[in-house]
This record gives sequence, C-alpha cells and structure tokens, in this order.
Amino acid sequence: MNEYGQVYRALALNKTINERGFRLFKRKSMINIEGLTKIYGEQKAVDDISFKVEKGEILGFLGPNGAGKTTTMKIITCYMPPTMGKVTVGGFSVIDNSIDVRRMIGYLPESNPLYGDMNVVDFLRYVADLRNIKGEYQGKRIHEMVDICNLGDVLHKNINELSKGYRQRVGLAQAMIHDPEILILDEPTIGLDPNQVVDIRTLIKELGRQKTVILSTHILSEVQATCDRAVIIHHGKIVADSTLSELQRDLQNKITINLEMIVDENNVVEQLEKVEGIEEVLETFPDDASGKNYRIIASAGVDPRREIFKCAVDTGWVIIGLEREVRSLEDVFHQLTQEN
Amino acid sequence: MQNIWSIFKRELRAYFDSPIAYVVITVFLLFTGWYFTTYFFLAGQADLRVILGIIPFAFLIITPAITMRLISEERKTGTMELLVTMPIHDSSIIVGKYLAAVALLIAMILPTLVYGITVAFLGDMDYGPAIGGYLGFLFIGAAYLAIGTLGSSLTENQVVAFIISLLIMAAFYLMDKILIFIPNSMVSIVEYLAIVYHFQNISRGVIDTRDLVYYLTLISLALFLATRAMAARRKR
Repeated sequence: MNEYGQVYRALALNKTINERGFRLFKRKSMINIEGLTKIYGEQKAVDDISFKVEKGEILGFLGPNGAGKTTTMKIITCYMPPTMGKVTVGGFSVIDNSIDVRRMIGYLPESNPLYGDMNVVDFLRYVADLRNIKGEYQGKRIHEMVDICNLGDVLHKNINELSKGYRQRVGLAQAMIHDPEILILDEPTIGLDPNQVVDIRTLIKELGRQKTVILSTHILSEVQATCDRAVIIHHGKIVADSTLSELQRDLQNKITINLEMIVDENNVVEQLEKVEGIEEVLETFPDDASGKNYRIIASAGVDPRREIFKCAVDTGWVIIGLEREVRSLEDVFHQLTQEN
Repeated sequence: MQNIWSIFKRELRAYFDSPIAYVVITVFLLFTGWYFTTYFFLAGQADLRVILGIIPFAFLIITPAITMRLISEERKTGTMELLVTMPIHDSSIIVGKYLAAVALLIAMILPTLVYGITVAFLGDMDYGPAIGGYLGFLFIGAAYLAIGTLGSSLTENQVVAFIISLLIMAAFYLMDKILIFIPNSMVSIVEYLAIVYHFQNISRGVIDTRDLVYYLTLISLALFLATRAMAARRKR
C-alpha cells in the first residue's frame, strides 16, 4: 500500500512537472482574440469572433466586402476599441496597454492614408521619429525600406504625385520601418502591377518566417500564395478557420460532379437524387450544351460516379459527359459566404 | 516629449510648405499695418495703443484660420488612422499640433515689432505697456488657438471647424462688451471670463497671476477637451 502510494505520488509529481514544462515552452500566441464584438449603432460589424495567431504565422483574413475584416484589424491596431470581448497582442491588452500594442504592430490601413504634402523621405523620417527610431539607425532603416520597397526613384517626390503602386509601397515601407513583431496589412497588394505583387508576396513570406502577419484580402490566390492559414469571415462571424491544406481537403471531401446526358424524361433530377451517395442535384443550363446538364453534389467522402453510371445504364440515359470538379479556394469561399 | 517635438516639427513645416502661413501672415500684417499707418500719418500719433486695441479683434478672424485644419484635415484624409495607431498618446498629438500653431502665431506677431521700433524712434515709447502688450498678444493668441484646436477636433470639415471656433472665441471676446446688460451680481464673474479683460490688464504692463491663471486654465481646458473629442471620435 505504502509502496503503491509512493509510486503514485511520484507519477503525479512527474505529470505536474511535465505539464508545467509544457506550458513554459509552449509558444505563446502573438495575437489572441476572444469573443470580439463590435457594434456600430445598431449594426453588428463583428459578431463574437475568436481566433489566435501564433508567432511566425501568416494569416489570411478573407471575406466579402463589409464582412468585418477591416473592423477587426482596426481593433487589433488600437484604432478603435471593441464593444465587447478581449483582444491581446503579445500579451498586452489593446485597451489597457494600447501604447505597448501599438509599438509592436506595423499597420497598413485599408485606404493607405499618407501625407500628400510630404515627400517620401520626409514622410518616412516623420514616421520613424514617431516610432522613436533616431539617428544613425533611422538612416539605416529608411535606406533598407527604400531598398525593399523599391522607392529609390521617387524619394524626393511629393506623395501626392505618386502613382497608386508607389503609394502602396510607401505605405508598406511606413508599416515596416520599425521592424515590427506583427504586421497587419489591409489589402496590401491592391494597386500594384503583377511584378510588384509577386515581389510583395515574396517579401511577406520572408517576413512571416520570424514575424507574425495578418493580411486581409479578397484575392484568393493571394492567400494561396502567401498564407499558412486562412480565417474566412462573413457577416461578422467566422465561417472557416483552418490551414490552407485542411481547407482544401475539406472541400475535396464533398465531391461535385458535372453530368451531361441525352434524355427525354422530365423527372431526371428526382431519379438522380435517389441514387446512393448523392446529396443534391441541380439542373444547369450552360451555353454550349448539347444535352441536359446536371450539377451533382455528393455526400461527404463518397464518389458516386460509379452509381450514377449504373443508374444511367439501367434507365437508358446516354451519358455524354461525366466529370468530377476540382474545387478551388474560390469555391470554398463562395460556398461559405453565400447568402442563404 | 519627443513625440510632441516630432509632431510640432511636421506641423510647422506643413504650415510653411503650404500657402497658409504666408496668407495668414500677409493678411494680418496688412490689417494691423493699415491701422497703424492711418493713425501714424493721419492722426499724427506715434502710439502703440491703437495696435493693442485692434489685435485681439484681428486674432478673432486669423486664429481659427490657422487652427481649422489641424485635426479635421487628418480626419478627412484618413491620416488620423495612421497617427493614432502610432505609439503616441492622443495628448501628444494635440499638444504638438497646438504648439506649431502657436509658433506660427509668433512668426506672425514678430514683424509688428517694426511698429514698436518706429514709435520708439519717433514718439514717446512707454516700455511697460509695450512689453506687456506683446505678452498679452501671446496669451490671448495662445488662448484663441487652443479654442481653435478644440474646434478642429470636433469635425472633419475645415469650414465647420472655422465657424465653431469663431463662435466660441466670439463668445469670449464679447463677454466684457455686454457687461451693461448683465445683472450686477454677475458682472465680476462674466468680466473674469472675458478674454479681452485679462489682455487689457496685461497690456497695461501689470502682470498679475490671476490673468496668467485665466489664460493657462483656458488653454489647458480647451486642449483637454480637444484630446477627449479626438479620442471619442474614433470610438465610432
């Protein structure tokens, strides 16, 4: 009895040490959002959302216009306080330790507001001053930013005279000048030409190795190209939060099939719906169709093409097209954010 | 402190990079110069008293023009979002901007020293009131500018900011001119609140702490309210 007791206690102790150790070494979330709600007047712009962003993670924040992306970002960057909920950045609360939070964050707002009456160098100096980057280090940082964002040609031009692409790059330079732990970019590649888009995405990916990045966009290929994880938000609520590979795997789970057949009957849809493994059948009317077209959504994890073929053979339909649709992120996005 | 300095530098440059500073200074000098020379040549008086009387009125129009853009412009162009997401306190933003406006005011008053020098050469210069007068300009101007900063923090429209500021300033300006309509028991209170009353005290060459306290309180209160207004605006 005594012996057992000792062993048990030893095991229990070991377990606590392990747990504590685990807690000590576990990576702390950089950004932690819990039950965040923002109400403008009567409208809920953000409705009870929660998510975490780890250090070294690039999070794509997706959603249709007006879904609440920008509002959430404005709250994280301390531009406006939440109506309800808790937001901490690097352990600091956006309400109680707002200055500490702001120090850690580099922010590119949605409309990329800049002082039009200043030239690029003066503007970057001003931002560096406000960020408390002084003296030699300031010169070095500005130099680096000019290099990274390719601003060499416009250094002494007034910001008002710059093209949208250049303005966007000035905005990015401004956001990164203090080498922030966290970058929050609201639609960072808008207005850039395709080469610049590639450059900026590469840059974001590089930064994402050590820093934490949240970028919002409605360009889905951008998320595919740069992000580790995507949060899709719709009507102020999170409708999906997973790594990109998970997200795409989920999609593949439910197969969509496009079927084209030559038939005379009218009750094809009903008959098809009886086939095992089919969840939903829609008749579609593409322009270049030679037969009748159906869009079939299968139940999760089932590929019903064999059953469809059998059914067609049994009833005498002539299949002239039967293909499985490879679903892209666009489809997921569309499906998740559809109006019901 | 450093942030206030950074904001101050940027705002002052913005004044002189744009036509505002030059227009404001020119208008002010034309106005005061016209009054001064009229009295100097037509009335044959080498006296600073005229200038002392007219400047509080000139400030009434000029100072809201200086301050109207301070905060409303940032809100209109959206740069406010950039500014308030920097690690600086709202009060630093307000104070830095306000001090830039005060610096422009000083740049505007300095050329009028020419009148003083003229009087010193040609007439009987009474140094007490002259020095007091210039101190008074500074205080009354600084108080107006603080009210103007408050006006600018209330709206994103510069014209509206100008008008709000002008109305508040005019209320303070007119207070000691309507004393006859005010019940006797209230006269001393209203008189104490009147902005020109304290200016007259100082410009007599008597610097009383009560007058200084009045201006400093008015300035702090206006700037405090401006900070609150700026913070409240972004909560929406």
